[in-house]
Amino acid sequence: MNKKIRLRVNGKKVEHEVPTNRLMIDFLRYDLGLTGTKEGCSVGVCGACTVLMDGEMVSSCLAPAVFADGHDITTVEGLAKNGELHPVQKSFIKYGGFQCGICTPGQVVAAKALLDKIPKPNEEQIKDWMMGNLCRCTGYYKIIESIQKAHQFAR
Amino acid sequence: MQPFEYRTPKSLKEVQQDLKQFGSDGKLIAGGTALIIMMKQRLVRPACLISLRSVRALSGITEKNGALSIGGATTHRAVEDSPLVKRRLPILGETYHHVATVRVRNMATVGGGLAHADPNQDPPPTLIALGASVKASSTDGSRMIPLEEFFTDYYETVLKPEEVITELSVPRLAPNSGAAFLKFLPRTADDYATVSAAVVVTLDRTKKIFSDVRIALGSVGTTAIRARDAEAVLRGQPVKSEALREAAEKAKQAVDPISDFRGSAAYKKEMAGVFVRRALEKALGGLVRLPKATPAAPAKKGGRK
Repeated sequence: MNKKIRLRVNGKKVEHEVPTNRLMIDFLRYDLGLTGTKEGCSVGVCGACTVLMDGEMVSSCLAPAVFADGHDITTVEGLAKNGELHPVQKSFIKYGGFQCGICTPGQVVAAKALLDKIPKPNEEQIKDWMMGNLCRCTGYYKIIESIQKAHQFAR
Repeated sequence: MQPFEYRTPKSLKEVQQDLKQFGSDGKLIAGGTALIIMMKQRLVRPACLISLRSVRALSGITEKNGALSIGGATTHRAVEDSPLVKRRLPILGETYHHVATVRVRNMATVGGGLAHADPNQDPPPTLIALGASVKASSTDGSRMIPLEEFFTDYYETVLKPEEVITELSVPRLAPNSGAAFLKFLPRTADDYATVSAAVVVTLDRTKKIFSDVRIALGSVGTTAIRARDAEAVLRGQPVKSEALREAAEKAKQAVDPISDFRGSAAYKKEMAGVFVRRALEKALGGLVRLPKATPAAPAKKGGRK
């Protein structure tokens, strides 16, 4: 069973017919080619598949694509503006906020959502917010530092 | 996941009609954080998903007759962030804050969580201790169900297939009351509890006697459990640390945990007592200064700290 959905993805209007059982992550990766979003645990725990729906974090592995109908989706590909990386991306690079990189798109998107709400979060706020984004290289100190210092790169 | 029909009713009436049409072949979906996992695992295979996401009237938090009225499709995050909840019943926001992660709380709804009825969830013990009820409605009308009578077994409730939870109603605390929710998390912060305990204590005007006590526990049975015998130990009695310990002992008898990777059954039972006592102390903390407890008699042998 298919359903036509109309939404915005990274600011661009998208119209697509999707099977109702298509997951949002598969729609983004296979239908739209936005492979920045990764699938880790597939049960909403690891955070690798984090995208923003109307600015709020969701697990794209746990939401059918039809949930996005009429909404605004932001993926990691949508963070850079006019070829310039988002401050949090620059900060992750400068302060080494990643090791193997598989969790990084989710980390960066989650961090962006946090910084949109709290531009200069303290360590406790970062830990509370980022708790659902796992890094199995356990590079958490660097991730926290990258988020704390992201304001230095404010556009 | 198997294919399914996806309906997006706009009003409660349309939801009720869809539910009537599909009966047990239909499933309501709101946040989907629990249902989608069960569908991926093919534990449930609904022919139709009836989405509550476009039913505006089902979200929001208001005050009604002195109680907080929370729409069934209100997200956990909205409860946690609500200034009204923070002002009127902070324990409720604190409890919802404990659920999983921000990402899950952005999607998971109050009604959806309760209908899911996983005994490891955080909100049920607090809601039972607070004396909350849900309103369930269908084309046949609506009824209020006290949360305490709502859960019947592992993932089972008294809800009928054609019913939808439209509202969660949480009464305000009586004067001279304190409330606490404690979640024991030995593994990770976003995990289910090994044991959780919620208590509401109400003292008399002198603040020396318990006039009412409600104690509920999570993760230690097939549903959240109300520890009535433990409450009875305290009700009408003077506020004393010894009494709290006695109530905690009774609470251990109310639970029936299973051994799993969050702890052995024996350990969870022991921790149920510990966390009931701590929750009682915390709930009393804002009301009275507890007299210092005389230390418990040391265990005879192999005593633990």
